[in-house]
Amino acid sequence: MQAELISKDGTQEYFVNMGPQHPSTHGVLRLVLTLDGEIIQRVEPHIGYVHRSIEKMAEFDTYKQIIHLTDRMDYLSAHMNNEAVALLVENALQIEVSDRVKVIRTIMSELTRLASHQLWWGVMGMDMGAITTFLYAFRDREMINDIMEETTGARLTMNYNTPGGVMFDLHPSFQKQVKEFIKIFKTKLPEYDELLSGNIIFTERTKGIGKLSLADAISFGVTGPSGRASGFACDVRKTNPYSAYDRVNFNEILLVEGDAYARYKARIFEMWESISIIDQLIDNIPEGAIMAPMKAIVKLPKGEFYQRVETARGELGVFVVSDGNKTPYRVKFRSPGFSNLSVLDHISRGHKIADLVAIMSTLDLVIPDIDR
Amino acid sequence: MNAIYDFSILTGGIHEWLSGLMSPTAVMITEMVIIGTLLIVFVALMGLVLVLAERKVAAFFQLRLGPNRVGPWGSLQTLADFLKLLTKELITTKSADKFLYNLAPFIVMLTPFLALGVIPFAPGLQIMDMNIGVFFITAVSSMGVLGILIGGWASNNKYSLIGGMRSAAMVVSYELSVTLAIMTMVIMTESLSLSEIVASQSDGWWIIKGHIPALIAFLLYLTASTAETNRGPFDLAEAESELTAGFHTEYGGIKFAFFFLSEFVNMLVVASIATILFFGGWMPFHLPFEWAVGFNHIMDFIPGIVWGFGKVTFVIFLMMWFRWTFPRLRIDQILNLEWKYLLPMNLVNFLLMALIALSGFYL
Repeated sequence: MQAELISKDGTQEYFVNMGPQHPSTHGVLRLVLTLDGEIIQRVEPHIGYVHRSIEKMAEFDTYKQIIHLTDRMDYLSAHMNNEAVALLVENALQIEVSDRVKVIRTIMSELTRLASHQLWWGVMGMDMGAITTFLYAFRDREMINDIMEETTGARLTMNYNTPGGVMFDLHPSFQKQVKEFIKIFKTKLPEYDELLSGNIIFTERTKGIGKLSLADAISFGVTGPSGRASGFACDVRKTNPYSAYDRVNFNEILLVEGDAYARYKARIFEMWESISIIDQLIDNIPEGAIMAPMKAIVKLPKGEFYQRVETARGELGVFVVSDGNKTPYRVKFRSPGFSNLSVLDHISRGHKIADLVAIMSTLDLVIPDIDR
Repeated sequence: MNAIYDFSILTGGIHEWLSGLMSPTAVMITEMVIIGTLLIVFVALMGLVLVLAERKVAAFFQLRLGPNRVGPWGSLQTLADFLKLLTKELITTKSADKFLYNLAPFIVMLTPFLALGVIPFAPGLQIMDMNIGVFFITAVSSMGVLGILIGGWASNNKYSLIGGMRSAAMVVSYELSVTLAIMTMVIMTESLSLSEIVASQSDGWWIIKGHIPALIAFLLYLTASTAETNRGPFDLAEAESELTAGFHTEYGGIKFAFFFLSEFVNMLVVASIATILFFGGWMPFHLPFEWAVGFNHIMDFIPGIVWGFGKVTFVIFLMMWFRWTFPRLRIDQILNLEWKYLLPMNLVNFLLMALIALSGFYL
């Protein structure tokens, strides 16, 4: 800690520990704030409170087992995390999965993205002091959780992907349920706008707050909706299409403002895009095998492999060094949350404590994703 | 107004009966004890009801059921919570300023008690009819912030301090708007006595008789008084998502309950004042037309206490409504809102009202 400095007018900077237990850090993130009155001078994130050494544990697990660890990183994009590892193994072994699997994975990913953004929206409102949004978001998210439960047996950590395909076939009522959800959610999403986006208090709280320039977004590696709100075209679904993303039409949401409101808007727009993607795919799920023929024990050839996917928070990269054994030699996850957190100090200096909460909310941090 | 609903028959009877028994001094002391006890019971009861009401209203806004386990319709939930808080150990943190830390909850609780003393809830149901009632209430209600400030400071916690300072800056600013909005109505009522203000509305409420300035004054009063009671969207003294619990972070048990309860009783006080100034207190709803004599007569048969509490409930519901809908403002925005918008609006509105009063253009 630096010594507390007394400025010319006799005021004193002081430190406040925000977290590890704090209502708006959404987990065990500790921020050491240096404040001058209410104005933030510095934000120093201290991470590692939920570090579970997932990367090290992965070195002792087979590739099929690693998937079950990735659920616990960014638990709100569990499906996408699983998909990243599954895709990596498939690409390394050059296994071609059936179209059915590709489409199922895409639909599931977008459902997960919707669920994650819904939760974010609810929590965002709560951080801004409007607790009602939280309950509204959970009402809608519940429907997605039910769909997931029917097909995969789990509501949050799905473990649905496996190298070569998916664990189980879709539940017979899957299509009907998803269509029903989409129909209802299309009427509920404008409600979100009514409650927050159109509210003058909310827009005043977020517009011009935590401005992130395009250059900074690129140099800090801020990806996902947070990066795209600054105009950084970083959607992996567009740049490196995987699964069935190359056969659907959707727009990459790019905004220019880069402030908290733009980040908020980017996610709301992204929900509409996710709905449109599901709309395009749900009626034409091709028939086919849900699992490509695989050996019981997967061994990757010697070498280095990298696979990236777009999670709800940004770009998730999986880097695997294999020495040809059934367990990897080294695994490294490039988690979106870590890079997005790194920009926090940069964009919240000079703002007030209340703004810091808004900025953190719009960065949409999931702490286990940062700590791993 | 129907005379049978007048509480002064009851209170006058008790007074005469006591006067026959003892000396005037003893009568006064006995009456003070009775009134004090009744006031405490009333505040405790209103606290229980309002906390439950808030939780139920919040639940209905949030697609939930709200408390429904303890007692029918969850009616004993607050009582159970209160008993839990009562049995908790009283902890004073080591670095706290002990005297001030323990004093703060009492100051906060004292304010609404004092204010309730001059509010007429029904005909004859008023503890003390001061001729400067409005002035007394504005003076007393600014005392509450002292408790919050002391509590925030004495806790010796940075979050508490920030919360206390925010509250001080905010309440001091919004006092102006509250007072000016009240003053706007005092032009019309031509009296500072709350019972006379109510009496002046026997032929129609000021919010109707006072034209547009009265409506503006009501909206300004509602906004400013919500800020004064530290409720959402102006609850940034507590600001759970920013300051954990703001000024009462370090308070637990019954001391916390005092802070918690005072918020609700303060809400009752400001809602009562709004009712008295704008909606005619316990006066029934009258139409100022000749053909409406029959209608007005029927309205007279609804007891004043029902009118009074009915209107108070309505204003409280309004306050709960926007608490559970709006996000919280930021401290500089709150001060901007007051100094740049509400205060100028209030001053113009004040002038408008004065012009209307001078021209006699009211019913």
